[in-house]
Amino acid sequence: MVDDSTKKSLSGIPLLKTKAGPRDKDLWVQRLKEEYQGLIQYVQNNKSADNDWFRLESNKEGTRWFGKCWYIHNLLKYEFDVEFDIPVTYPTTAPEIALPELDGKTAKMFRGGKICLSDHFKPLWARNVPRFGIAHAMALGLGPWLAVEIPDLIEKGIVSYKEKSEG
Amino acid sequence: MTLVQLQQRIKELEEQLKQERIKHEGVQQPVRDKISQMSSEVVDSNPYSRLMALKRMGIVDNYEKIREFTVAVVGVGGVGSVTAEMLTRCGIVLFPCSCSRLMALKRMGIVDNYEKIREFTVAVVGVGGVGSVTAEMLTRCGIGKLLLFDYDKVELANMNRLFFQPHQAGLSKVEAAAKTLVSINPDVAMETYNYNITTMDNFQDFMNRISHSSLSGGPVDLVLSCVDNFEARMAINSACNELNMSWFESGVSENAVSGHIQFIVPGDTACFACAPPLIVASNIDEKTLKRDGVCAASLPTTMGIVAGFLVQNTLKYLLGFGEVTYYLGYSALTDFFPTMRLRPNTMCDDNHCRQRQVEFQAKPPVQKEETGAAVSGGNEVVHEDNDWGITLVDETIEVEDSRHGDVALGLVAGIKTAYSIPAPEVSSTLTNEANLDSSISLEELMAQMKSI
Repeated sequence: MVDDSTKKSLSGIPLLKTKAGPRDKDLWVQRLKEEYQGLIQYVQNNKSADNDWFRLESNKEGTRWFGKCWYIHNLLKYEFDVEFDIPVTYPTTAPEIALPELDGKTAKMFRGGKICLSDHFKPLWARNVPRFGIAHAMALGLGPWLAVEIPDLIEKGIVSYKEKSEG
Repeated sequence: MTLVQLQQRIKELEEQLKQERIKHEGVQQPVRDKISQMSSEVVDSNPYSRLMALKRMGIVDNYEKIREFTVAVVGVGGVGSVTAEMLTRCGIVLFPCSCSRLMALKRMGIVDNYEKIREFTVAVVGVGGVGSVTAEMLTRCGIGKLLLFDYDKVELANMNRLFFQPHQAGLSKVEAAAKTLVSINPDVAMETYNYNITTMDNFQDFMNRISHSSLSGGPVDLVLSCVDNFEARMAINSACNELNMSWFESGVSENAVSGHIQFIVPGDTACFACAPPLIVASNIDEKTLKRDGVCAASLPTTMGIVAGFLVQNTLKYLLGFGEVTYYLGYSALTDFFPTMRLRPNTMCDDNHCRQRQVEFQAKPPVQKEETGAAVSGGNEVVHEDNDWGITLVDETIEVEDSRHGDVALGLVAGIKTAYSIPAPEVSSTLTNEANLDSSISLEELMAQMKSI
């Protein structure tokens, strides 16, 4: 089930139009532009809602993405590296978002630190091809995952707070 | 010590090191290279010289025929074990591939050309619980060549599945598998690819490999999907639709109590993208299934059974005996095995699938039958009015018409789609019309994203 706050943030992300994957040359560039516009809009929405929680960038082909995401727990900020590849079958299949530094620390992950998404994610994604993009995957996949897993990992002492220089 | 003594000592130490390695790694290196043809040449390295001498001397006129026989030794005690050893040393069981038990299939009239197995090349994608066992079975059957694809490493957590051994932890799966398989049967040619096939560069290489790596340099004879995720299955599906290659999909459910194999012939049968993923009813209420804390469970039994079905149908397809099953499901809790044949979806999302369908329809009927000759029969149950797609996973989304298009897939009882897909025209409940400005360049957008 998608909770209300997730639904709300989803509704603020523009839907994409171009059905193209990394093998589609020019059409992929078009899709990539839509992806960036969607992400920029989503990050701006998050900032204005005082819920800024990730940054992403890609290689110039747009096939490999990396950045940071963070989660605030008891006023402390826990930050993690995020990365994923765009599969050749994108956007029919969603990107598999990974947090490599948590690999092996939780059972809710597949090899390489790929997060284990809820049963609802894949059907919802499949119904919304090609309108959902990377921003939707973050909102619907990584966001809820962090909200459930990080407090649990902190409580178990598996993840601990690290002092960071930047705010 | 003299030079000769030193050299002797080095030789001894090397031998000791070798023995230690074998003990330590637990992997038996093949003691000698494969021998495809029994020779009567009298040299130290030929284990058959003294046997083939029987032929030279005119005592036996076809000694090499020994390799076609099967002998059952019942009771391996004082007499039996020595009997078995003698037979082995005579050349009966030394070669698992051209091995007597398998060649007996020919003598019994089940397969009329078993030795043809050595001409075939099979690509196994995913060398996990199903793929590793699949590769081992094919190796023991004496398949000509195997291509193994996987990017994972062996972990102790894999030990609830068959094939891999604890001492292999840390090795890449393809490397560890190839080592074991070659020691089981050195006659099988082996190529390994340690990468994820779903990324751009690797996918291109994957397509090249499966289309040029057979023993004769052409496409492999069959691709077996033993992967554990939707993305990789869809990647194999795209590749095979594009290259017009037949393949088998296989899988085990995340709750470990059901599995399936599916034979996909582009244009002729439904491809993997023709419908949402199919699931075998497990008789467990999905809502009561607890997923807390884990992504997936696995059992060596279910995986071994699925691998067995997969290789059995692979053999039937390659060697042309029996009937190949298009879809075979397995429900472990009820020992229920539904079978069916799925028609392609004329509105399939994959344009290469649609293209293959047009090509298939254009074929004269005789040829269509030929294509299905080795795969005739099967349970062609077509239920036009089957209400497939009744599962509604997310109640927050409007109920869609589950039978969009003219997809009369023909699912049998006990099989359903994992979820339903709305008709293309139906707009989402989450509609938010985007006004994306296409005049901005990608570089500008990348810079904008960076500067937020």
